[in-house]
Amino acid sequence: MSSLWSELERVLAEVQKPARYIGCEDGMTVPDHHPDAVAWLLLYPDTYEVGLPNQGLQILYEILNERPDAEAERSYAPWTDMAEVLRREGLPLFSVETHRPAGEFDILAFNLAAELVYTNVLECLDLAGMPVRAADRGPEHPLVLVGGHCSYNPEPMADFVDAAVLGDGEEVVGEITEVVAAWKAAGSGSRAELLRALSGVTGVYVPSLYRAEFDAGVFTGVVPIDDAPPVVEKRTVADLADWPYPKNQLVPLTEVIHDRLNVEVFRGCTRGCRFCQAGMITRPVRERPAEQVRTMVAEGLRRTGYDEVSLTSLSTADFSGIQEVVAAAVADDACGQVSVSLPSLRVDAFTVGIAAELQKARRTGLTFAPEAGTWRMRQVINKLISEEDLYAAVEAAYSQGWRRVKLYFLTGLPTETDEDTLAILEMARKCIEVGRTHQRSPTVTVSVGGFVPKPFTPFQWFGQNTENELRRKVGLLRDELKRKPKIYRGLQLKWHDARASVVEGMMSRGDRRLGRVIEDVWRAGGVFQEWGEHFDIGLWETAMATHGMTFEDLVYRHRTLEEALPWDHLSAGLHKDFLWQDWRDALDELGLEDCRWIPCYDCGACTGFGIEHVVASAVPPAGGSQGTGQDRSTGGEVPVSLMARPVAEQDSEMVVA
Amino acid sequence: MRLRVRYSKKGKVRFTSHRDVARIWERALRRVGLPMAYSQGFSPRPKMSFGLALSTGHESEAEFLELELSEDGEGEAIDWNTERFVDLAERLTGALPVGLNVVAIAPVEKGDSLQQAVTSCTWSIEVDGMDMEQMNAWVADVLARDEIVVERERKGKPVVEDLRPHVLALDVTGATETGVRLLADLGTQPRALRPSELLAALDPPLKAGTVCRMHQWMSQGDDREEPLTAPVAPAPSATVPA
Repeated sequence: MSSLWSELERVLAEVQKPARYIGCEDGMTVPDHHPDAVAWLLLYPDTYEVGLPNQGLQILYEILNERPDAEAERSYAPWTDMAEVLRREGLPLFSVETHRPAGEFDILAFNLAAELVYTNVLECLDLAGMPVRAADRGPEHPLVLVGGHCSYNPEPMADFVDAAVLGDGEEVVGEITEVVAAWKAAGSGSRAELLRALSGVTGVYVPSLYRAEFDAGVFTGVVPIDDAPPVVEKRTVADLADWPYPKNQLVPLTEVIHDRLNVEVFRGCTRGCRFCQAGMITRPVRERPAEQVRTMVAEGLRRTGYDEVSLTSLSTADFSGIQEVVAAAVADDACGQVSVSLPSLRVDAFTVGIAAELQKARRTGLTFAPEAGTWRMRQVINKLISEEDLYAAVEAAYSQGWRRVKLYFLTGLPTETDEDTLAILEMARKCIEVGRTHQRSPTVTVSVGGFVPKPFTPFQWFGQNTENELRRKVGLLRDELKRKPKIYRGLQLKWHDARASVVEGMMSRGDRRLGRVIEDVWRAGGVFQEWGEHFDIGLWETAMATHGMTFEDLVYRHRTLEEALPWDHLSAGLHKDFLWQDWRDALDELGLEDCRWIPCYDCGACTGFGIEHVVASAVPPAGGSQGTGQDRSTGGEVPVSLMARPVAEQDSEMVVA
Repeated sequence: MRLRVRYSKKGKVRFTSHRDVARIWERALRRVGLPMAYSQGFSPRPKMSFGLALSTGHESEAEFLELELSEDGEGEAIDWNTERFVDLAERLTGALPVGLNVVAIAPVEKGDSLQQAVTSCTWSIEVDGMDMEQMNAWVADVLARDEIVVERERKGKPVVEDLRPHVLALDVTGATETGVRLLADLGTQPRALRPSELLAALDPPLKAGTVCRMHQWMSQGDDREEPLTAPVAPAPSATVPA
């Protein structure tokens, strides 16, 4: 195996943040390379600081390195200065462990967590010295895989990847390893044979075995060529208790985002927020046993030396027994003062009890996500939290010493009116008012994102708001603040770039034709598009025009039930009629309660895989209305029964704003 | 109680920044469970102070750090005998990444900060593309000058500065694969002259390969001594100037 370190160390002094490229993290595995093992290079197509903390990548890294037939190293997208140096010196992309050229691995596996990184994947392939198009690659080139949430619609990347993997990776990486190992051992098979064998692994989608069909320029579906499976199902691990990974979380030498111990407390979410792709595609809920969480926290803190632990999930306050777990972490004085952060807090499950436990150590930031300003709008998106829930949560925070809370909202939601948009500010203002009873100058930061419809959600049929419309809505908020500075004292407004939301929306629901656009943008130098300083809408507009595509068609247009969607041949376990019914319910402003504790709506996620929600307690955690619209502030018994699904009026008009 | 620690920084880890190293130390101290004193305030941090910053990418045999231990006497009182220091140095090295090695630890009285106390550093500088003769001529040229005036930017404004007083000694010690090795004593007060600035002082500028800080010096009358000498095993034989 060849290491490029001696060449690299001569040029690292020239680039910003050279520690991005040295590896050396605590928890790193340096594999003993042997030719029979399948060598994986796990790539995160963004900077080291963004990619290193990614838990999915770290989990697969450990699982692969524990296997005798596999070895895994990591790489991240080199920043533009480093890419320039590598090209100038004729050096390829490399792993951070042994600084071995990417082209010497058997598999390059990219984590696709966001659409705007797609051009970085092409950049990494090119830096690895490979043709970016899968069709141009030969048997000497590594296999290119993608996984992560964006792989649920991999069609825009279909020209560049050999296979996309759907769902939880814990088990499937082993099966892929075995297929590749057998192919290597046989020594004579073609790349096409390998791809065919991989398409037999559940959860693995091989785009080259399917054809995207069009009728007069209109997409009509993706169909298998020959005998590829007509539908590719996602993978789901049944019980997180069997997968206590990462066991040795990587501790980087240089500062990264989420620079703390991260322990995943559950996977999946059944709150049923209709805008949330993660909540839909990761069902059912699988909680980690509380005792295992405590052990992973205590051992993790001792091993890493971190003084902060984040209990991660899609909605951590929903974890049964959250208060006890937080209390145990804070009380563990073996590592000095430990602070606990809970990302993704549901306001209806955040209680004074949790706030009181959290504030015992250093206070971390508190962010709540009401998502929308009016109850009507929250029924549409099925984020069933009442204003009282929010004010109670905010009161819990301010009364326990927080001076600032952050609130996340979406704008550009289906049926949204200007009244809904402006209600965001009124809600934030009332939060500040609540804060004044406890703090002298409480502040609220309001962050507003433009809504981007995603595949496998009820909103997959919704036409995204145009760039101008998103901009106008943010303008409404800004003008209102400017007009009444006194009324909104203590309120800070942040918003996302509407142009980036448009490009994200295009890739999110785009079809295979977008490959040409992505390639054009990359060839024109459009990398790191997820970074404001590099994002260039002009490159995208030019490429779209060149290939006769429009945002109007791909982004802003409402889809119909009859039309084919580019991901119809893939499955996240959800029944399409469930999603459609949920979309109709949304338009009828009809909310659905959490199915974890009450009725089953037959979305398909549990039944299709023969598994159920794994929750440690049949009783939801105390606090708020729990999305039920009822007072469940004391926790307590919740009747478990199968209830009839609330039926929306079938003849209602589909009206979308 | 205050401890002074001497450590080296070699290999890949040299590409971490001064700020990175501070964070690495914080985690290492928590891992070995040393009872640190904490700062007051909204966001308490363990009390530790670093000496002169080392440029990212440079190696060092002589980095220093001072730690303030908690006085509140919780748990067993620590008997700071010889073995404890050796043991602590080993445990700290074990908790630090490969390339950061603790070579000496000793208790010190509270005094001037290391940044104020240190007046010069000895650097080993690999200069690429020069032979012995050329390098000796360059050294003679530098040492013969009364002043070496350079203009540099400070807080966005150009300032004119004479580097010559900071150049205390230069010695070409031998050839390397790609050039020669220069040993340079450079002053640190009121600000430290960096090896790269020295090499760029004359036209044309010279290109540095690996740079390693060999010593940091504090003035003691006409003499100089190190804040903590190395190699020190066992650690307590370290001499600690007041």
